[in-house]
Amino acid sequence: MTSVTPRTATATTGGGDIPFIAAALGVGLLLALFVAARAADPLMSAHAFIFAAAFVGGGFALVHHVSSGAKADPTAYEFGVVKAGVFASVFWGLAGFLVGVVIAAQLAFPNIFYFPELGWTNFGRLRPLHTSAVIFAFGGNVLIATSFYVVQRTSRAKLWGGLAPWFVFWGYQLFIVIAATGYLMGVTQSREYAEPEWYADLWLTLVWVVYLLVFLGTILKRKEPHIYVANWFYLAFIVTIAMLHIVNNLAIPVSLTGVKSYSLFAGVQDALTQWWYGHNAVGFFLTAGFLAIMYYFIPKQADRPVYSYRLSIIHFWALIFIYIWAGPHHLHYTALPEWAQTLGMTFSIMLWMPSWGGMINGLMTLSGAWDKLRTDPVLRMMVVSVAFYGMSTFEGPLMSVRAVNSLSHYTDWTIGHVHSGALGWVGYISFGALYCLTPWLWKRKSLYSNQLVEWHFWISTIGILLYITSMWVSGIMQGLMWRAYDAFGFLEYSFVETVEAMHPYYIIRMSGGLLFLTGALIMAYNLWRTAKGDVREKEFAASPALAPAE
Amino acid sequence: MAEKEIDQPTGVETTGHEWDGIKELNNPLPRWWVIVFYISIIWSVIYWVFMPSWPGINGYLKGVRNHTERANVEASMAELAAARSDQMSRLLAVDNLGEIENDPELLQYTLKAGESIFGDNCATCHGAGGQGFKGYPALVDDAWLWGGSLEDIQQTIRYGIRSGHPDARLNTMQAFGRDGILSSSQISDLVEYVTSLSGREADEAAAARGAQTFAQTCATCHGPEGRGDPAQGAPNLTDHIWLYGGDKITLQETLYQGRGGVMPAWSDRLSEEQIAALAVYVHSLGGGE
Amino acid sequence: MLDRHEFLEKRGLVLTVAILIVVAIGGIVEIAPLFYLESTIEKVKGVRPYTPLELAGRNIYVREGCYVCHSQMVRPLRDEVERYGHYSLAAESMYDHPFQWGSKRSGPDLARVGGKYSDAWHKQHLIDPRSVVPESIMPPYAFLEGKVMEAEDAEGWLKANRAVGVPYTDEMIENAASDFSTQTDPFADDYDGFVARYPNAVVRDFDGDPRHVTEMDALIAYLQVLGTMVDFETYEPEENYR
Ligand code: HEC
Ligand code: HEC
Ligand code: HEC
Ligand code: HEM
Ligand code: HEM
Ligand SMILES: [Ca+2]
Ligand SMILES: [Ca+2]
Ligand SMILES: [Cu+2]
Repeated sequence: MTSVTPRTATATTGGGDIPFIAAALGVGLLLALFVAARAADPLMSAHAFIFAAAFVGGGFALVHHVSSGAKADPTAYEFGVVKAGVFASVFWGLAGFLVGVVIAAQLAFPNIFYFPELGWTNFGRLRPLHTSAVIFAFGGNVLIATSFYVVQRTSRAKLWGGLAPWFVFWGYQLFIVIAATGYLMGVTQSREYAEPEWYADLWLTLVWVVYLLVFLGTILKRKEPHIYVANWFYLAFIVTIAMLHIVNNLAIPVSLTGVKSYSLFAGVQDALTQWWYGHNAVGFFLTAGFLAIMYYFIPKQADRPVYSYRLSIIHFWALIFIYIWAGPHHLHYTALPEWAQTLGMTFSIMLWMPSWGGMINGLMTLSGAWDKLRTDPVLRMMVVSVAFYGMSTFEGPLMSVRAVNSLSHYTDWTIGHVHSGALGWVGYISFGALYCLTPWLWKRKSLYSNQLVEWHFWISTIGILLYITSMWVSGIMQGLMWRAYDAFGFLEYSFVETVEAMHPYYIIRMSGGLLFLTGALIMAYNLWRTAKGDVREKEFAASPALAPAE
Repeated sequence: MAEKEIDQPTGVETTGHEWDGIKELNNPLPRWWVIVFYISIIWSVIYWVFMPSWPGINGYLKGVRNHTERANVEASMAELAAARSDQMSRLLAVDNLGEIENDPELLQYTLKAGESIFGDNCATCHGAGGQGFKGYPALVDDAWLWGGSLEDIQQTIRYGIRSGHPDARLNTMQAFGRDGILSSSQISDLVEYVTSLSGREADEAAAARGAQTFAQTCATCHGPEGRGDPAQGAPNLTDHIWLYGGDKITLQETLYQGRGGVMPAWSDRLSEEQIAALAVYVHSLGGGE
Repeated sequence: MLDRHEFLEKRGLVLTVAILIVVAIGGIVEIAPLFYLESTIEKVKGVRPYTPLELAGRNIYVREGCYVCHSQMVRPLRDEVERYGHYSLAAESMYDHPFQWGSKRSGPDLARVGGKYSDAWHKQHLIDPRSVVPESIMPPYAFLEGKVMEAEDAEGWLKANRAVGVPYTDEMIENAASDFSTQTDPFADDYDGFVARYPNAVVRDFDGDPRHVTEMDALIAYLQVLGTMVDFETYEPEENYR
């Protein structure tokens, strides 16, 4: 990480908050050491030591910061933290995709990829590692990095809060490390997408509140009269995730020095709270946040105005209002009372057009510049991303219809839906943003190689298609097999017969994932060379004028 | 504020705002978009009228269709039961299950039923085709621990073996070694003898000593010639079919720690018709006694 | 109307508050009634808090992430009721902190697996699923075998559960540690007390090793109680339509 440690990281603040930060780190360290010493279980002491190490690291960074005597330049943008975010995004992305490939391999070849004595390698522990790594570590870092970039550029203001953005960045990485090591050790609340235990949840709450302050603080000191639409979406994402996170993680720990806690709610109330959270983690983390990215990076890269201001307004408010209600579509036909299921289903249908409003605004922004898709693979990636967004927000309302959900629920169809959104929409818009940001931040005239972006695009696209088509087939097949009756009126297939039937599709899915991972590796290489300032000779030989800057 | 202007390629007016070089066009909402949005809202309102929907203080809107999935599934189960009842009720009407095997149409039906139920409930232990695993008897051969008549099988399924059900089949093979009933030399002699019972090579002197112990201790259950006794669930030791294994190490283990596999009782989980169908199905697998 | 939007677009704090209000509504209207509407949880007999050993097994079930592959929610659909048994009731998970309904069925539903298999089968299946079901894709959990558990921890679990609303009595909490081991030993001193506290609980050595209470004991004890609590003889379906 040293390569991205910013020389420019400076505080707009005077020295006033340095003692405060030092004191906070000291208190944190003492608390962590105290817990480590008195931990009720070895898992907690492991985590307390990680916290302690992080606070010591924070102390060193602070000393370095003060002694380097960097002068605050209140007019310069704070881009150091964005650079760090680009690095972290790529790193966690690769890690998350790799774990995805591993768990896909486990389901395809259980005889090879399971290790009976190594509990931490089991599917049940690695799957949450995958989901959290891709959504929170990869997606979260992309969101934080782009939001810090976009809010500064579109507000014409430096990030608010002096060192606070750096606290958000490192605090968030610490949360990821605690969550990930926790899963491997078996520390989990079993709430999908909110698995980390109570103390990690508390830490994230702190980090998130500071994130909100930094973002809002920057908005408040903006020099533009209006707040740009991307920032509405970022703001909705930050505020709503805070609300969801706090309510869904309410729990009572068994001991203040132990890892285990019990959720405040039980059974049916707990289920709806969880899926109110889970669905809106999709709606506000994976949708609103990435729509914000779309609203900045597509017009920027296409060099075209946003298609419709009025559509922005209407679809923004409709989207955030309606999304919240749709959670019960994860609980169709369960013991959740049916009135709630009805609301979940109808609001999901009403959510279709507000979702497509974003797609229309993204795609139509290209009017007058469609030809760029042929020559600019980065723009193409982002446009395909928006198309995938449109597809999964059509599929989602479809799957919310109770009759359809009775077939799709519990099957791989859901997994196909998830990954058309996750790989296609979230993945591609993030890649697009990273391809844009790297040359901008490191002040390069261009990417190292456009050709490699082409390769990334095509390899990953084939990967996504393999992934989602295999899951559709396997999911629908599985659903149909479960409910198939023979001519005599008896269930035709046993459960294990359905497991056996999915085997070929699991192999195809794994191959698709492997291609997607390969594409991401190509991107990592390309971005690395770009940051270093290299330009691929062959492609640019014709125009020597484009020699690397600096 | 910046001036509104006309965007060149599209000829649409901008809003006049600009952020970091990004402008906004002032396009109207696409008509089709607005229309579909309204339709989805109207459809939802209609749906609320018909289905259980909005919660209140004391209850919720039940909806004019009075819909409830719980009633639906009961109705559809009843429908299924009615459709099957012609044949299924005959399963209970017969004096003995053997009659079913003489009625080809009913037999075919029964086997289908049995196969379907077997897949989700029994195959996990007895194998998908009833081939069995160590400790879980194969049902495809014609060697039966507790008897292979239709009635025996039905009884086994209904109440299980050592299942904890009051009517379960109970007898167990004691832990002769661990409980100190037999010495270790007696056990190794018995291992030789049991090996010789199925016509395999064994130490003759030891087997002869083992034969004596066998007559005293084991014959009550396994019979004087070791041919087993289905009334007591004691397996035949002279065939080559082993529940746990016939190699010397496994035999040693069997005698030392005893055996007593558990087969669950199904009378609480499956209906009498289903159990009858299973009995016929299982009977057909092994050719049947 | 769109002109009025300028008002929000120019005021960061007002915009933030407006967003918060707009996103708070849906959750309140949907979740709050579940806490006060009487129809939410069915009236049934038999559901009791988990025994300390079952609760320990549940902790392991959560820790190992069994819920990522197994649902515990039989839907009121014909094929599911036939395959798995009576559809699940909200009452059956009313002491489940957190719920384990699951969202994916890579493996079969487990809501009613209690009593379906023998302890020995569960043990063998958990150690090596493919030794009994060759087509299985379930991971092996051999490391649970012989992992001895501390009875003393049980008290804390019960207390925390009482704090979130499970009706554990003082007596249950006092006896948590001894109840924890009593459940694996039918000849234990306090057998009668245990059964009185937890009616219908199964008492036996679950993992075939009577010397210790292991994680395998706990997990199997939990699996064997799943779906067995409600007394369906006394359940009135029509009164609980909703
Ligand atoms: C938990 C595993 C398990 C399940 C599930 C199971 N069985 Fe068994 N079954 C056994 C065991 C173990 C035995 C042998 C008991 C013994 O050792 O004597 C057995 C024995 C039998 C026997 C007696 C065999 C003989 O040789 O006498 C029959 C018949 C049988 N099972 C049928 C079924 C049917 C039909 C089903 C499904 C409804 C079923 N079993 C489900 C474990 C199981
Ligand atoms: C009380 C009755 C009883 C007595 C006495 C008895 N057995 Fe058994 N034996 C059984 C039963 C019942 C089984 C089957 C256990 C099961 O199904 O799990 C069995 C199983 C066996 C098996 C395992 C067969 C296989 O297929 O794996 C062997 C070997 C055996 N007995 C040998 C002996 C010998 C030798 C003795 C004398 C020392 C003996 N038994 C005494 C009842 C008895
Ligand atoms: C990778 C997915 C996966 C995970 C994780 C998993 N299972 Fe399974 N499980 C399966 C599959 C597939 C089956 C069906 C095949 C079989 O019986 O092995 C199954 C079957 C079962 C069964 C038999 C159910 C029945 O009615 O036949 C039980 C009990 C079970 N699992 C318990 C567990 C427990 C407890 C855990 C966690 C410690 C767990 N499983 C984790 C996939 C999984
Ligand atoms: C209009 C928009 C959408 C609607 C109405 C919708 C609806 C649904 C439905 C009905 C399910 C299945 C629930 C079940 O049966 O268990 C689901 C699952 C899921 N969707 Fe969507 N979806 C939408 C958009 C998206 C998008 C854009 C993503 C982005 C990645 C996404 C990610 C997911 C995830 C991760 C799950 C799995 C949840 C789980 O079970 O763990 N969805 N969605
Ligand atoms: C290399 C690429 C990837 C591979 C091979 C992969 C593989 C997998 C596998 C095997 C599962 C488990 C499915 C099951 O339980 O049946 C899964 C679940 C999931 N993945 Fe991925 N994944 C990849 C990328 C991503 C990305 C980029 C995201 C999000 C941005 C993502 C989000 C999720 C989510 C949310 C789930 C849980 C779905 C649910 O519970 O319904 N994945 N993935
Ligand atoms: Ca959590
Ligand atoms: Ca899920
Ligand atoms: Cu959802």
